[in-house]
Amino acid sequence: MKIKKRIPLIDQHDKLGFWGGKFGGSYIPETLKKPVDDLTKKFSKLRNNKSFLKKKDYYFKNYIGSPTPFVKLENLSKHLGGAQIWAKVVSEANGGAHKIYNATVHALICKSMGKKYIVGDTGAGYAGKMLSMAAKKFGLKCKIFMGAKDIKRQKPNCDAMRKNGAEIVPVYTGSQTLVDAVSECMRYWVSNCDTTHMCVGSTVGPNIFVKVCGWSTSQISKELKVQIKEEFGKIPKKIKLINCVGGGSSAYGFWSEFVDFPKSQIEFIGVEAGGPKHSKLHAAPLSRGAKLGILHGAASYVCQNNDGQINETESISAGLDYPGVSPIHCFLKDTKRAKYTYATDEEALSAYKLVTKYEKLNPSLEPSHAFAEAIKIAQNLNKDEIIIVNSCGDAKKDRDILKKRIKNYV
Amino acid sequence: MFNSISEAFKKAKKENRPALLTYTVAGDSTKKKSLEILNSISKNVDICELGFPHNTPIADGGQIQTSAYRAIKNGIKIRDIFQIVKKFKKNKYSKPLILMGYYNMIYQYGENKFLNDCKKSKVDGLIVVDLPWPENKNFAKKCKKNSISFIQLLSPTTSKARLKKIIKDSHNMIYYISMLSTTGGKLKVSPKKILFNYNEIKKISPKKNCVIGFGITEKTIDKLKKADGLVVGSAICKEITRSLKNRQNPVINVSKMVTKLKNKIL
Repeated sequence: MKIKKRIPLIDQHDKLGFWGGKFGGSYIPETLKKPVDDLTKKFSKLRNNKSFLKKKDYYFKNYIGSPTPFVKLENLSKHLGGAQIWAKVVSEANGGAHKIYNATVHALICKSMGKKYIVGDTGAGYAGKMLSMAAKKFGLKCKIFMGAKDIKRQKPNCDAMRKNGAEIVPVYTGSQTLVDAVSECMRYWVSNCDTTHMCVGSTVGPNIFVKVCGWSTSQISKELKVQIKEEFGKIPKKIKLINCVGGGSSAYGFWSEFVDFPKSQIEFIGVEAGGPKHSKLHAAPLSRGAKLGILHGAASYVCQNNDGQINETESISAGLDYPGVSPIHCFLKDTKRAKYTYATDEEALSAYKLVTKYEKLNPSLEPSHAFAEAIKIAQNLNKDEIIIVNSCGDAKKDRDILKKRIKNYV
Repeated sequence: MFNSISEAFKKAKKENRPALLTYTVAGDSTKKKSLEILNSISKNVDICELGFPHNTPIADGGQIQTSAYRAIKNGIKIRDIFQIVKKFKKNKYSKPLILMGYYNMIYQYGENKFLNDCKKSKVDGLIVVDLPWPENKNFAKKCKKNSISFIQLLSPTTSKARLKKIIKDSHNMIYYISMLSTTGGKLKVSPKKILFNYNEIKKISPKKNCVIGFGITEKTIDKLKKADGLVVGSAICKEITRSLKNRQNPVINVSKMVTKLKNKIL
C-alpha cells in the first residue's frame, strides 16, 4: 500500500472506489446506485468547470470568510515551555466550524443538479447548522437528521438550525447519536433520491461523499500553506499538524496539501475520542485497533463485535462520537503517513480549561481533544519545533456540557 | 443446480399463481419463536426469506428495524441463525430458504466460512442488501460454486443498460424493488406502473424468476398477482410486534396472516 505523489488523496482510489485496495468503496442498496452515479459524474464535471470553481471561490471568500486566521498561542507555548504552539482558527469561519465548507459545496452541487431538497446528518450539530445555513442561502428546503441524545446535548446548534428554517428529524434508534442519524438519513435518501440531494456530513459514506467532503475541506490546508510561508518565509523543518478525528473531515482538510512532504518534516497526528476514562465504549477505531468492517456504505476500521454488529460509542464530544472513520484515514494509517492516538473526555476537558485560561480562544470539545495531545507532547519538544492545532469548532454549542463539567466556565 | 428455488416457482406457476415469499427476522422474537413461525407458515409459503439482523441497516424501514433490534437484544448470533435453518430444514414441510442481510456480517464471519455453513445448513439462496452489482460479482460466483443462488436486486432507478448487465449475471431468481423506499413503505406507485417495470425485466429475460417486494401487504398483494413471486416482509414483522404488544402468540397470528395472504393470490 503506497501513497502516490502529486495526486490528491481523494483521487487515489481504484475503479470500485477503494483506497489502498480495501478502504472505502460503495456498499449501497441498488436504489442508490443511480443517484450515487449521477452525483459522481456531476462532481467530476463541476470540479473542472471554471464557472463553478469561480462561484465556489466567491462563496468561500465572501460567505464563509476565507482565509481563517493562523495565530501563535504565545501564552500557552510559554506556559508549557517547549514547542511553539500555533492554531489554525477554522472556527472563525461563518457558522463557527469547518463543516461550512462541505455544506456550501453540497448546496451548490444540489442547485446545479436542479434539486430543491437537501438532507443531511449531524452529530455535534455543526454539520446540520451549516447545511441549514447554506440551504437558506441558496433557497433549498432542508431536513437534518440528528440523534435524540445529541439534540439534547447540543441545543444551541439545534436552535440555529430551526432559525434557519430547517426541519430537525430526531432519531430514536440505537444509541441515538451520529451513527443512527447517518443511517436514518441514508434511509430517507433511499426513499426520496429522485427529488432530494443528500449531504454526508464528513469524509465518510460511499466513495463519492468522501471525495466531495475532502475536496471541500482541503481549503483549510490550502490557506495554511500560504500562511505558513508568510509567517516563516518558508516551510519550517519540523511541523506537527494535530487534528481531532471523528469522521475525519477537518483532519483531511488540514493535512491534504501537505501529504507529499516527508513525514520527518510535516507530521500528522490524529486524535480520536477515547470516551470517559476507563470506558470501553470509545470512539477510537484507528488508535484502539478496531477491525475492518463496513459501515454506512464504506469499508473502514469500525468499532464492532465479532458478529459485525456496530458498537455503541461514548464521548463527551458529539462530533467525534462515531464508531467508524474515513477510509482515507485508514489509508493514511496503514501507509504510516499519519499517526493516530486518542484523548479521554477528562483530558479534553482539562485541555479546554488550559487553552481558555491562557488564550483568547474557545475551542469546542472536538478540537479540545487535539489540544490535549498538543499539551501532552509540547513540553518535550524544542523551541524550533512547531505544533499547529486545527481549532476547527467553536465551543458555544458546548455551553451546557461545559457548565456542568467545569465550574469556572465563563 | 439451484433446483429447489426453481422448483418452487414451477409449482406455483402450475397452480396459476405467483409464488408467495415471506420475510421474517431470525431470532424474532426469540430463536425458538422464529423457528416456530417458519414451521407454522411453511405450508402456505413457497420460499422463506430469513433476515440476519444488523443493528445499522441502511435500507430497512421501521418495522424490520424493530424486529432486528428485538432479535439482537435477545442475543441472536450468526451461528444461531444457521442452527435455526438446519432445524427448519429437517421439517418435512420445509421450503427453500433464502438468507437476507447486510454484507458486514458476512465479511466478519468470513465469506468462505459463511458459504460453507450455508451449505451445511441447506440454505438455498442469499440476498445481500448492500452489495450491489458489479461489486458482488466475485461473491456471486462463489455462491454459484456452492450451489447457492445469489439473488440480484433491481430497482426503479436501475437504468436499462444496467438492468441487462445485472440480469445477465443473475442466477435463477431476481428481486425487483417496487418503489423508491426502504422496506415497509406505503405503496406509493400504482401496481400498473410496477407491473410495467416488471414486464420490462421479463422482456429481457423471460425465463428468470422475478419477484416483487417492498410495500406488499394484504391490501396490495392481489393487484400484483401477475408476477412470478411476491414478497411480504414488513407486514409480517409488524404483526409480530402487534402480537407481542397485545400479549398474543405471534406464531398463531403470523400463521393466520400468511393464510390470508395466500388466499388472496389463489
